Amino acid sequence: METATLNNTSPKSNFKSEEYFINMGPQHPATHGVLRLLLTIDGEIIKKVEPDLGYIHRSIEKMCEKDSYQQIVHLTDRMDYLSSHINNEAVCLAVENALELEVPERVQVIRTILGELTRLSSHMLWWGVMGMDVGALTTYFYGFRDREMINDIFEETCGARLTMNYNIPGGLMHDIHPNFVKRVKEFIAHFKTKLPEYDRLLTGNVIFQKRTKGVGILSKEDAINFGASGPVARASGYSCDVRKYHPYSALDKVNFKEALDTAGDSFARYTVRIREMWESLSIIEQLIDNIPEGEHKVATNAVIKLPKGDFYQKVETARGELGVYIISTGTKNPHRVKFRSPGLSNLSLLNHIAVGGKIGDLVATMATIDIVVPDIDR
Amino acid sequence: MTNEALQTTIESWFPDPEFSQPQFSEEGSQFLNVSVEADQLHELMQLLKHNPDTHFDYLFCLTGVDYGKELGVVYHLESTIHRHILVVKVQTKDRENPIFDSVQDLWATANFHEREVHDFFGIKFRNHPNMKRLFLSEDWEGFPLRKDYEDEINMVVK
Amino acid sequence: MKILSINEWLLSFMPAGAASITEMVLIALIYLTVFAVLGLYLVLLERKVAAWFQLRLGPNRVGYKGMFQTLADALKLVSKELTGTVKADKFLYNLAPYFVIITALMALSVFPFTENLQAFDINIGLFFLIAISSIGVIGILLGGWGSNNKFALIGAMRSGVQTISYELSVGLSLLTMVILTGSLQLSEIIEVQKNGWLIVQGHIPAMIAFMIYMISGTAETNRAPFDMVEAESELGAGYHTEYSGMKFAYFFLAEFINMFIIAAIATTVFFGGWLSPFGITESIPFMGIFWFLAKTFVLVFLMMWFRWTFPRLRVDQLLTLEWKYLLPINLVNLVLMAVIVWLNITIQF
Repeated sequence: METATLNNTSPKSNFKSEEYFINMGPQHPATHGVLRLLLTIDGEIIKKVEPDLGYIHRSIEKMCEKDSYQQIVHLTDRMDYLSSHINNEAVCLAVENALELEVPERVQVIRTILGELTRLSSHMLWWGVMGMDVGALTTYFYGFRDREMINDIFEETCGARLTMNYNIPGGLMHDIHPNFVKRVKEFIAHFKTKLPEYDRLLTGNVIFQKRTKGVGILSKEDAINFGASGPVARASGYSCDVRKYHPYSALDKVNFKEALDTAGDSFARYTVRIREMWESLSIIEQLIDNIPEGEHKVATNAVIKLPKGDFYQKVETARGELGVYIISTGTKNPHRVKFRSPGLSNLSLLNHIAVGGKIGDLVATMATIDIVVPDIDR
Repeated sequence: MTNEALQTTIESWFPDPEFSQPQFSEEGSQFLNVSVEADQLHELMQLLKHNPDTHFDYLFCLTGVDYGKELGVVYHLESTIHRHILVVKVQTKDRENPIFDSVQDLWATANFHEREVHDFFGIKFRNHPNMKRLFLSEDWEGFPLRKDYEDEINMVVK
Repeated sequence: MKILSINEWLLSFMPAGAASITEMVLIALIYLTVFAVLGLYLVLLERKVAAWFQLRLGPNRVGYKGMFQTLADALKLVSKELTGTVKADKFLYNLAPYFVIITALMALSVFPFTENLQAFDINIGLFFLIAISSIGVIGILLGGWGSNNKFALIGAMRSGVQTISYELSVGLSLLTMVILTGSLQLSEIIEVQKNGWLIVQGHIPAMIAFMIYMISGTAETNRAPFDMVEAESELGAGYHTEYSGMKFAYFFLAEFINMFIIAAIATTVFFGGWLSPFGITESIPFMGIFWFLAKTFVLVFLMMWFRWTFPRLRVDQLLTLEWKYLLPINLVNLVLMAVIVWLNITIQF
């Protein structure tokens, strides 16, 4: 049979007789976007996974060098579009820290609530797609049903459902909608009855557990070595929640537990995310009744000029640690902006944990790593 | 470990004043910065990772930078035990054939990130097992994130 | 076919040989039409059931409550361009869908839908059904091989492994019931059940046999949780990746007809076929069709329920389930049933 070849490798010459070469993606249901995996497989067993990236690289970092700091915020929505609010927040925090700008407490609390709602909606989508990847199509619709409520809250408050653009350096673009508190409380009450349903439908299922337990095991050492972050690293026992170690916005005012597991397999990554959903709910509950009164932004100059220097801001997105690294020369444009995306580091360990498994294991593992391709390609 | 203690520890590794020393600065940055010569990079990194006092085992950001005249790489390191952060910077004036030692033998995550830097800045990393472009196709000409990169068709220049 | 009037009517103006051929053709045409439409409505049923499970409405625009949705889909598939790969093995590639659909339709001919409505009552009926249903896998293998697509090939190979393994369990679980009936002829199997459905007569071993039969029957039709063959999140579309238009429709339709067949066999062998519960409608003619279809559709619904609830197994787990669990249980169950029949401790009314 014909094999697709990479430009500078000649697979045929290196292959043992039983091994063959298969393209998973860029159009493939399990890669969730335009990720291409070059699989070397022996029957069903995976020998090598090589990601081929860049299908939707938009060079956001280069675009940032020409944009003002207010404009950069809008580009970050399009990286990890499921954590868009948190991405916006990261840039805003970096700029505010550089300017040594103190934002009102009201802004901090609202940012945190919206950030946790974003995390919840991202995890719901992940949960739905996770089920779909292991063959249980129904989960997809359950996840989306609950996500819809969050999207409605966002739409009412921010005007957009996915790419919110609600944060600006110095605060928020508008004040929250009068219905916001009521709607969030309704959502919490609703979702507290629905989250156990997730467990009943999928978590306890024997087939699901067989598919995920002991699959794609990542040790703690490897997680650290490969720069893993977020639920992927926490499932391996590496405590790395940025919200705990470098709290930002109102996260130092709330109590929550970091979801940790030590098994490091796909099922651990799954349960860590489910537990994170409970924690996010609890964070929102702690804050929603205590939104302080006040301004929703502080005035900044129309043209923001950052002082000369390097500025780094970490935040915890739904996928892990997002870093915004700004090098400023004191002008209105940054000299260099680097986004440390959680997706790229998490993807780089795929080859390490998927080799030796079956094709079905690869799909389950990829689902629990929870990659978003625009986040990798930026 | 505090930044001062870190500085003292690192200085003690390079006692010979005849050779170039790592330069420290905290100016304009929330972390301690160490600037190091390219030929000392790997030695310093190895010590930073394996010394139990520093134990920088988590490389969370690897950035290529075009400073205008120089090309450089910035490494953000964190220790998962001591939870301190250090920034290591390395630069070279050679824009034609910039080359640094790869650190992917110390941190596996550097594998992809160094390929990304190679892709966009044309910086090569010595001893990297798979020094190919990560995002762009192999026949792409030029290195887009360099300041002197020009592409009249795809770039909007303001 | 025991509707003698047509036979007599044909004989009145034709020689005997021509009359019987005409009769066969007529019956075949009627069956083809009825079951093609049935297949389409099974697709609609599945979509409605899926929608119900997934908090959706399902098709509701074409016709009353979406009744003509799948007819419209079929029309679209008929008019669609047939594409294929350049380097495909053209002969095998084109042959494969017919293998699948013809075997599916052939199996339908032996079912007794009611007392007098059975096209083909042979004395090895059950054996014929098992034999015919195992030919379908050749079509899938050919399709996967002939397409010259690696995803299709993986799907086809999985299908081969899966169907050949689960064939054993289907056969053995039905054989367990044959011990009870003493006959392979479907009409006689139903005759025996006038003293109580076999699942009651055979009590514990019959229950076990039924469960094994439903599991392995689902696997035989390549449906979730055993849809390794298609596994859309792993293989795209599996063995029919390269098929389009009507050729794809044949595979698709065959899957649904096979599901109906599996449910119909279970109805016939375990649940008394067209017999009504406790003989309540015995006196009304052709009520048997209602009972047969009612029972069959309950089982079809059960299979749809599996599909929309369970995740998919992995290929090695699928084989473990068959060879390490179902097959040994089945063999023990077979002996158990033999002992029960020998000691005559069946339940009969």
